[in-house]
Amino acid sequence: MPTRRHLLATSAVLGCLAVFGPLPALAQDTGPITIGHLTPRTGFLGPLGEYAVMAADLAVEEINAAGGIGGRQIELIKEDSVNPQTASTKAERMIERDNVVAIVGEISSASALTIGQTTERAKKVFINTGANSDALRGADCKKHMFHVETQNAMYVNAEGQHLLNEGMVDGKTWYLLTADYAFGHDLLEGAKAFLERNNGSIAGDDLVPTDATDFSSYLLKIRDAKPDVVVTNLAGTQISSFLKQYDEFGLEPPVAGFGFDTALAWAAGPESFRGTWPTVWTHQVDTERSQAFVKAFTDKYGKPPENQAFGDYVAIHILKQAIEAVGTDGEAITAYLEDPSNTFDVMKNRPGYFNPDNHQLMQEVYTITALPADQATSEWDIFITSDPVPAADQEFETLIQDAVGGTCSFGE
Amino acid sequence: MNFFLFGAQLLNGLLDGFYYMLIALGLSLIFSLGGIVNLAHGAFYAIGAYLALVLTPYLSFFGVLIVVPLIVAGLGVVTERLLFTRFYRVDPLYSLLVTFGLAMVIEQGLRWWFGAPPQAYAMPDALKGQVFLGDFVYSRYRLFLIGMAVAAMVGVWLLLNRTSFGRIVRAGIQNPDILGAMGISLRPYLSAVAGIAIGLAGLAGVLMAPIYPIHPAMGAEIVTAAFVVVVIGGLGSFWGVVLAALLVGLVKGFMIAVDQSAMSMAAIYMLMFVVLLLRPRGLMGSRILRFE
Repeated sequence: MPTRRHLLATSAVLGCLAVFGPLPALAQDTGPITIGHLTPRTGFLGPLGEYAVMAADLAVEEINAAGGIGGRQIELIKEDSVNPQTASTKAERMIERDNVVAIVGEISSASALTIGQTTERAKKVFINTGANSDALRGADCKKHMFHVETQNAMYVNAEGQHLLNEGMVDGKTWYLLTADYAFGHDLLEGAKAFLERNNGSIAGDDLVPTDATDFSSYLLKIRDAKPDVVVTNLAGTQISSFLKQYDEFGLEPPVAGFGFDTALAWAAGPESFRGTWPTVWTHQVDTERSQAFVKAFTDKYGKPPENQAFGDYVAIHILKQAIEAVGTDGEAITAYLEDPSNTFDVMKNRPGYFNPDNHQLMQEVYTITALPADQATSEWDIFITSDPVPAADQEFETLIQDAVGGTCSFGE
Repeated sequence: MNFFLFGAQLLNGLLDGFYYMLIALGLSLIFSLGGIVNLAHGAFYAIGAYLALVLTPYLSFFGVLIVVPLIVAGLGVVTERLLFTRFYRVDPLYSLLVTFGLAMVIEQGLRWWFGAPPQAYAMPDALKGQVFLGDFVYSRYRLFLIGMAVAAMVGVWLLLNRTSFGRIVRAGIQNPDILGAMGISLRPYLSAVAGIAIGLAGLAGVLMAPIYPIHPAMGAEIVTAAFVVVVIGGLGSFWGVVLAALLVGLVKGFMIAVDQSAMSMAAIYMLMFVVLLLRPRGLMGSRILRFE
């Protein structure tokens, strides 16, 4: 039975809550700005996730050292996204418990989708830094989801242009090897459409399970099919395995691919790395800001950053610019980001902006071409980076034409 | 279908099976003798690969090929003494948990020490190039790899079947208590077997380094398939493991040959499913009383 003492105690507690309750809210406007970072750190994308984390840490460190965002420090909450289900649970927790302003990260297209769904319900911004699937910018697009990572269509167009220039498409036969999950399927569809538009044909086409490590059977088939070009839509360490074994079996057709990460070229080594591949950025991009980033990263971690590091580094800076301009409200940040007149320094020749129709960051991309092993100048410089694509006189939008994956409507 | 290519694919699949065998043999040995399901076996394979990476500048590939398996075998003995020995007499679930934990500790340790990005290991010059058998092309390095795997297989077989050491181990697999009653302590044998088995994983790690990128999760990648091989082959059966490894390679090669590559890994699990339905102890599994 409630006694008077209980009642007093209860009202005292309630009184304290009433008095001190608003304090945390006040503190929020001067306390740290919390940003969630969610990316795979284990599994076959884990190696790339580590670069993402290192770069995000570096960006936050630099911003905080320079006084934070409007005087407020950034606090980065980092988690391993593991798989689509876990990614969604962790995103939920970051929003509900940690009250994050936005979530940055991801590499897997499947996990990016579940995070995007979670942030959409909470009306929080999610900046995808590594997932490429066109569907995320098409049928699965979200009002509060933005993409710093280039979408597959941009890679298909950039790499495709290179292949056209080299005469490797018209009247030629391709052998396609594709990772058997959303990212690969999406890329395969884009590659096939590209091949058809440009009068090429398919010599062979295999789906590779994501847990396959041995490519000898595929190499025998490729040798037998005698294609003009071998094109891969693989992901993660599979690309390095494939390149090492391609070299091991002494196959000759030129190799190209529509999806790539420079860390995988390094893992293949100067002797096995070959071909020309598309990328969003490399440590060789010759702008002042890129080189400053490369230096800061190398000083801190003892090795240069690769393209995934670029994505997370730039995403944090883009978020900083948006919060500085409009504050921490999810809707306000969304409105700011999707306005194409707001441009962002993405450490390249031209500034970038988000395409308002699909929230893709429009920016220059590059291709990298393997150097012969004896011309590599260091263990990192085993390739050369092309001039920006598209050329300075061309619109960014040429890069996203012929995207597969449906049309984006933001659920309207 | 191209008949020649089909044959080449089956042959390649068979050869592929030898890599599975290297890992699976060790797993089966530890499992048979001590009843420990060593989920950390793949992690020792990864340690072998990383040691190869670190030591090659000093010892060359062929030096590493001898030294690294010995180091990893030493780690295996230490692991047995400190860890496995506490779990021989309890529910296998505990050893499953502890070796799973160990696998994670090792994987994370490698990630912490070497970083997560995959690393390149150059193929030794002497083993570069291809061998042509008629129209069948094969990598010179893989022939070497298979030679090593066969040598390891023969070595283990001789040890188990032609030495007094092997007689005691085989007796220990069937009935450790009677062995104890006869005044033979199984302890040193358990340590030695763990050392040999884990050393084989280390050898596999060195052998794979030139053809796969080296990364912390490489052990987790291979251990599942190796388990499937052990389960298909049957507990306690040496030839069961060998047969199952070749069969798994063959099934995988067959699926890729008939343009069903997307199902090539799934087919291995299907094979396990069918074998377990028809022969719950595996293809050549003997009846081991204490596991019944």
